[in-house]
Amino acid sequence: MNTTESSPEQQTGSVAQPGSGENLLEVSGLQMHFPIRQGIIFQRQIGAVRAVDGIDFAVKPGESLGLVGESGCGKSTTGRLVTRLLEPTAGSIRFDGEDITHKPVATMRKARQQLQMIFQDPYSSLNPRHTVGTIIETPMRLSDITPKQGHKKRAQELLEIVGLNPEHYNRYPSEFSGGQRQRIGIARALALKPKLIVADEPVSALDVSIQAQVVNLLQSLQEEMGIAFLFIAHDLAVVRHFSQRVAVMYLGKIVEVGNRTDIYQRPRHPYTHALLSAVPEANPDGGGRERIRLAGDVPSPIGPPSGCRFRTRCWKAQEKCASDEPPLLQISGNSAGHLTACHFPEEPSITARDEVIILDPALAALEE
Amino acid sequence: MAIELPPQTADGTAPSAFLDVRDLQVHFPTEDGLVKAVDGVSFTLEKGRTLGIVGESGSGKSVTSLALLGLHKGTRAILSGEIWLDGEELVALPEPAMRALRGEKVSMIFQDPLSALHPFYMVGNQIAEAYLVHHKASKKEAKDRAIDMLKRVGIPQPERRVNDYPHQFSGGMRQRAMIAMSLVCNPELLIADEPTTALDVTVQAQILDLIHDLQQEYGSAVIIITHDLGVVAQTSNDILVMYGGRCIEYGSVQDVLNHPEHPYTWGLLQSMPSLSSDVHTKLNPIKGNPPSLINLPSGCAFSPRCAFKDRVPGGRCMTERPELRPMAGNDQHIAACHLADDEKTDRVAK
Repeated sequence: MNTTESSPEQQTGSVAQPGSGENLLEVSGLQMHFPIRQGIIFQRQIGAVRAVDGIDFAVKPGESLGLVGESGCGKSTTGRLVTRLLEPTAGSIRFDGEDITHKPVATMRKARQQLQMIFQDPYSSLNPRHTVGTIIETPMRLSDITPKQGHKKRAQELLEIVGLNPEHYNRYPSEFSGGQRQRIGIARALALKPKLIVADEPVSALDVSIQAQVVNLLQSLQEEMGIAFLFIAHDLAVVRHFSQRVAVMYLGKIVEVGNRTDIYQRPRHPYTHALLSAVPEANPDGGGRERIRLAGDVPSPIGPPSGCRFRTRCWKAQEKCASDEPPLLQISGNSAGHLTACHFPEEPSITARDEVIILDPALAALEE
Repeated sequence: MAIELPPQTADGTAPSAFLDVRDLQVHFPTEDGLVKAVDGVSFTLEKGRTLGIVGESGSGKSVTSLALLGLHKGTRAILSGEIWLDGEELVALPEPAMRALRGEKVSMIFQDPLSALHPFYMVGNQIAEAYLVHHKASKKEAKDRAIDMLKRVGIPQPERRVNDYPHQFSGGMRQRAMIAMSLVCNPELLIADEPTTALDVTVQAQILDLIHDLQQEYGSAVIIITHDLGVVAQTSNDILVMYGGRCIEYGSVQDVLNHPEHPYTWGLLQSMPSLSSDVHTKLNPIKGNPPSLINLPSGCAFSPRCAFKDRVPGGRCMTERPELRPMAGNDQHIAACHLADDEKTDRVAK
């Protein structure tokens, strides 16, 4: 078995199938290293934060791909790279059959009509001095698009689509609640009828009872308008509800990707197991799930561990994990399209196992 | 030495539990009007038990916890009601006496450990300070105690990390240091205000288990304040659901989560996706927005968002505020809702 990055197995097994032509978004080998500089006048680079370190994925038209992982795993950076708010240091991004990896700003504006973003914080992502109407019309004006019914009519239509009162066209963001502001952000993203929306934690800043309203709105937009989503979130239950396929990231790498049932019912990577077992469920009787408690936090992306990046927190790690980086492959026992990057994968089940896995030293001492 | 009188409560009955909160009210006068952040909340808690207080932002859950620590003293807040902790009343307690309790008998884990820890002082010194305030001990003893606490909460190499500053700790380690600080005097009541909201899910699981295991060891009473019903289900014995500054449902975790009686609690449970829910049905959100605490709706504060108010005859939900009453013949499970038991048949079972 080949374990090098460019092995033919990995190419064929990888989610991004370059040239297949049916994918709306194709990302391959995407890399974002933020330089760390030292010195006052003659700055030299002394290292790099390897936020995204070579990932491949693809999104089909009308499909939602969920991107989950802990903070610092590079999921938000990935979203910003795809919308080209950041320029990647390596790799390629193909959107709608066109390479946009290093497109200059002027021509990127054209591509962005099809590629919009919804931000996490509904308070800082809307200009407080602009009216709602101005906010929603700005993308159209910037792209020199005049809808046949006129800017104002179109903005009011959009307000109605996202469940706001069209008469509130002249109000300011401060007059709206968090959930309503997020709807304004969604209306702005819809203004240019995009094919793909990158949603970066669109509901995590909202109150519990409001989150469901926004998730339902996004879901109906996806169904009715056929918009594809790259849905970035840390809430595994929300991602499961919204996304047909899910990619799990850890320290700048995709460790497992597959359709929703594969990831949530038959996960193979130990990290996916640990993530799922940590989700608190509103069921006081437990529910018969496995219990895994990792030790410590995610390591720094400045000097990530060699080989498999999860090995420092993994209960199955062996010498091979430190020397060889596991490729993202369809390992034996996985269904088609379910790829796992692990040398020693877990059993495909999430029900409780015979023994709990407690790696945290304090917990282990207390529970003895 | 003064003779100890039995505690005198307003209605003459002795405090019934280790912590007995009766009709607590916290009001803030503002230019726009009186904000009734907490408006008549009562609960009890025994040692060794955990109470989860659940609510959305603005429901009054954090204000309640600050009142238990006496942290509204010296502000414009108007407090009334009674807080009986181990036979002592805290609402009327003067600040010097409260200071003696704070950190020693009652302590708190705050939501954001980065802003709760002082950036200029070493983590170990901050933990030792909490110990020195309440104990006659040398600095050396206090530091040893800090190292011991850091070890208990699972900080690797505590002898070295005790001299680190907060910025040298990761988010999860900072929250562990906060826990070490709050437990350094073996408090009998520990209040954790959204202790894991700022943390990742894997670290959250570690911290919640750690609080639970330490509680088993010290036998303290714990209050966990959160907006996440999942966190409560995993950690608590009892649950108190707050809405618009009032308690709307209170009972054991099993009763409340398996047989919720208030439409708001059903709504919360149904609007949250879970890892086992059906992905092909839409979520069932609660309509509308949380109310403003200055202009609470008349009658039941939840009535403008409630899908069941039409089933109560005479529009009582809009005119008459429902009182907490036992539900389904269970004295230990109370909810504030006019809806008759036989009208609740078609709510979606959770």
